[in-house]
Amino acid sequence: MTTASVPLPNWISYGLIPLLNLMLAFFFSGLVVWAIGENPLKALNFLIQGSLGRGDAIGFTLFYTTSFIFTGLSVAVAFHAGLFNIGSEGQAYVGGLGAALAALALDHYVPWYVTMPFAIAGAAIFGAAWALIPAWLQAKRGSHVVITTIMFNFIGAALMVYLLVNVFIVPGKMAPETRTFLPGGQLPKLDWLMGLFGLDQGPAPFNVSFLIALVMCYLVWLLIWRTKLGYEMRTLGISPSAAIYAGVPYVRTVIIAMLISGGLAGMMALNAVNGAAARLQVEFVAGAGFVGIAVSLMGRSHPVGIILAAFLFGILYQGGADLSFEMPSITRDMIVVIQGLVILFAGALEYMLRPTVVRIYQQFVKA
Amino acid sequence: MRPLHIRNSKGRRLSLDPSTVPAIELVGIDKKFGPVHANKNINLGVAKGTIHGIIGENGAGKSTLMSILYGFYQADQGEIRIGGRPTVIRDSQAAIAAGIGMVHQHFMLVENFTVIENITLGVEGGPLLGQSVDRARVELQRLEKEYGLEVDPDAVIEELPVGAQQRVEILKALYRGAEILILDEPTGALTPAEADHLFNVLRILRDQGKTIILITHKLREIMAITDTVSVMRRGEMVATRATAETTVEELAELMVGRRVLLRVEKGEANPGAVLLSVTNLTVKDSRGVTMVDNVSFEVKAGEIVGIAGVAGNGQSELLEAIAGIRKPTSGEILIDGQPVAGLDASRRRDLGLAHIPEDRHHMGLVLKFEEYENSILGYHRDPKYGRGALLDLDAIRADAEEKIAKYDIRPPNPRLKTANFSGGNQQKIVVAREIERDPKLLIVGQPTRGVDVGAIEFIHRRIIETRDAGKAVLLVSVELDEVRSLSDRILVMFAGRIVGEKTSDAGEQTLGLMMAGIAA
Repeated sequence: MTTASVPLPNWISYGLIPLLNLMLAFFFSGLVVWAIGENPLKALNFLIQGSLGRGDAIGFTLFYTTSFIFTGLSVAVAFHAGLFNIGSEGQAYVGGLGAALAALALDHYVPWYVTMPFAIAGAAIFGAAWALIPAWLQAKRGSHVVITTIMFNFIGAALMVYLLVNVFIVPGKMAPETRTFLPGGQLPKLDWLMGLFGLDQGPAPFNVSFLIALVMCYLVWLLIWRTKLGYEMRTLGISPSAAIYAGVPYVRTVIIAMLISGGLAGMMALNAVNGAAARLQVEFVAGAGFVGIAVSLMGRSHPVGIILAAFLFGILYQGGADLSFEMPSITRDMIVVIQGLVILFAGALEYMLRPTVVRIYQQFVKA
Repeated sequence: MRPLHIRNSKGRRLSLDPSTVPAIELVGIDKKFGPVHANKNINLGVAKGTIHGIIGENGAGKSTLMSILYGFYQADQGEIRIGGRPTVIRDSQAAIAAGIGMVHQHFMLVENFTVIENITLGVEGGPLLGQSVDRARVELQRLEKEYGLEVDPDAVIEELPVGAQQRVEILKALYRGAEILILDEPTGALTPAEADHLFNVLRILRDQGKTIILITHKLREIMAITDTVSVMRRGEMVATRATAETTVEELAELMVGRRVLLRVEKGEANPGAVLLSVTNLTVKDSRGVTMVDNVSFEVKAGEIVGIAGVAGNGQSELLEAIAGIRKPTSGEILIDGQPVAGLDASRRRDLGLAHIPEDRHHMGLVLKFEEYENSILGYHRDPKYGRGALLDLDAIRADAEEKIAKYDIRPPNPRLKTANFSGGNQQKIVVAREIERDPKLLIVGQPTRGVDVGAIEFIHRRIIETRDAGKAVLLVSVELDEVRSLSDRILVMFAGRIVGEKTSDAGEQTLGLMMAGIAA
């Protein structure tokens, strides 16, 4: 009846509207920059140069992108089953424990590619385990998963600090972190991949987990749109009453969806722990779990959209850091404001422009 | 005699009282959605103080036309005149300002608000609620008295029966000063008694000078209550008649474009083995109220058992308990001799159960899915649709296309979103999915609710064919006509109990009294 139900071609829904939203976000960000007395175009230039202008800049951008792909997929999988997993942050944090344990246990004995499957499994299993209790509470007791996953973020953070300070800390050192993994426990950088494009990533930590992330994108797509489980998850997510009618087992589907979601979040640790830092550190997730919510929202919970949105946020993270370095009046907090505007326009206000676009489209089709 | 504006077949306006300007007039309304020509040059005049019916099959363009009237869409061409004055209706606010009120098929009420809160919603007239609620209360009392629209202003919507919720919708429109009231399929969810009540209200409204446009599929309603009637087919207004001068047969033919069989033809039943056996079944709802009370019956292969009853007397809960959607409190259900306690809906399907649910929007279909995705709902674990964990989309789409062809589902596009099919075609998607499984036992709830005449005929025939193929069919419908014409045996439910069994030739009167709990 209203414009919401008017079908639009995909290139408008998934191409033009997000692009317009993004331009609007940049326009308002420009106003903010202008308001504090800086030149918006110059700032934009620093942002782009700082994230895409050099080999190491691109390396850092893709490193952030990798983390956001994992957490974005995590949020998306739960979302397809009608669950809002706010706990990717905590699940990634605890996932780091699994990834680190695999590395610590094996790095003396075997090369990295032998450790890698164990690190992937460790990260995924620990991440999934951290989602299990909220999932069970939702499925069996109806405790809302939003509330319980938020609480588990705090519990997870406390648990990890305890473990790092009291168990994993290297004797005689001040920093609450594990020992540095040997190369056998690390994921190597992707210098060869950058080299193909004639780029040198220098110190940037862009590593093999990017390829793992792309594989996971494909697997998530397969899961959601090509498997019976994915079909059941989507049925449950869109219409719980139709799911009961169809005999979709609620408890099982909710728990499996949350375990997959938690596992994907946990795998984000591969990038930060095994790939970049080569050790488990306090607060290594650094908000990537929450960015995953925005990435999933913006990417319409579709792997392709998630890759694009994750790349955009990678640019904002890396370029933003560079920008605040080049323009001291634009502080780190200012960058957060800009990120917030992107989330606002591209995520939360996703449908703001739609009625107008529909009207213009209808005029156009009629003519 | 009431003033009457109709057009004869040559399009010339006939006016029985030329001095009166029509309350509402549509002139040359035209609307296209891409390649779909939803409304073609529609002309219509409705005189003040009359009830005008608009009938047509699903997809004939009625809803588009009414959406244009109510400001959801803009017409590409043409003019709307209200009381003779050309009026532009840009949105529903403008429609309300022009005195048009709409009662939608699916009510637009806030379920956990009270009646009075719903009525004042959007017209509070200030930041504080107290005054407007008081004002509404006084006005509401006046409206109730004037039009016989009694509802408790402090009742919460979700606790009201459907008929009362609809009265709230009407009150809402009247409270906003509606002079022209559009009702879209108003009796779709009503019991016969509630429908009669509604018609009385509509007659009072008309006699007080309101103009009413009634959109419906049900020819009997058109005959019973309207003064004039227009028929739409494929986006065109094909005829307008004075109701007194037309017949059901003529209208049906105009609607469908061919002669329609209004009676269902079926042979004798040939009952065989018992395929469904229900013993001492009791079902309570979430509030602990007993909805099905110690019910026992059997359905045999090769017969249709109909359950007649006023909506809300436990039929829905009974169906859901058999289908595995609702857990019974006590009692036993056997499907093909197997006890099914503890089995979920999909395990029961494995035993040969198929279920056409009462509510296709909430149960039978996932409206956001593409058509082919809905064509496997509940059967998606079947190896036919993909081995192992994966779905075989080619097989599913081929299967969906086959059903689309066999059941004449329109448009014949398995990639179209289900929400974009008309109600009748949506129902056909469900019917095709369930009947084509070749089940042993078919349970059917409201098979033709909100479905057009052509599709009703089709669905009825399929149900009878299912019986003739030696299946057991359990039918629940609030349409007494439907139960009577399809069933071989009729069970009457009242207050959760089966109060009696009759053969299909039982009179309407007899069954009606049983349904009201008066006679057994």
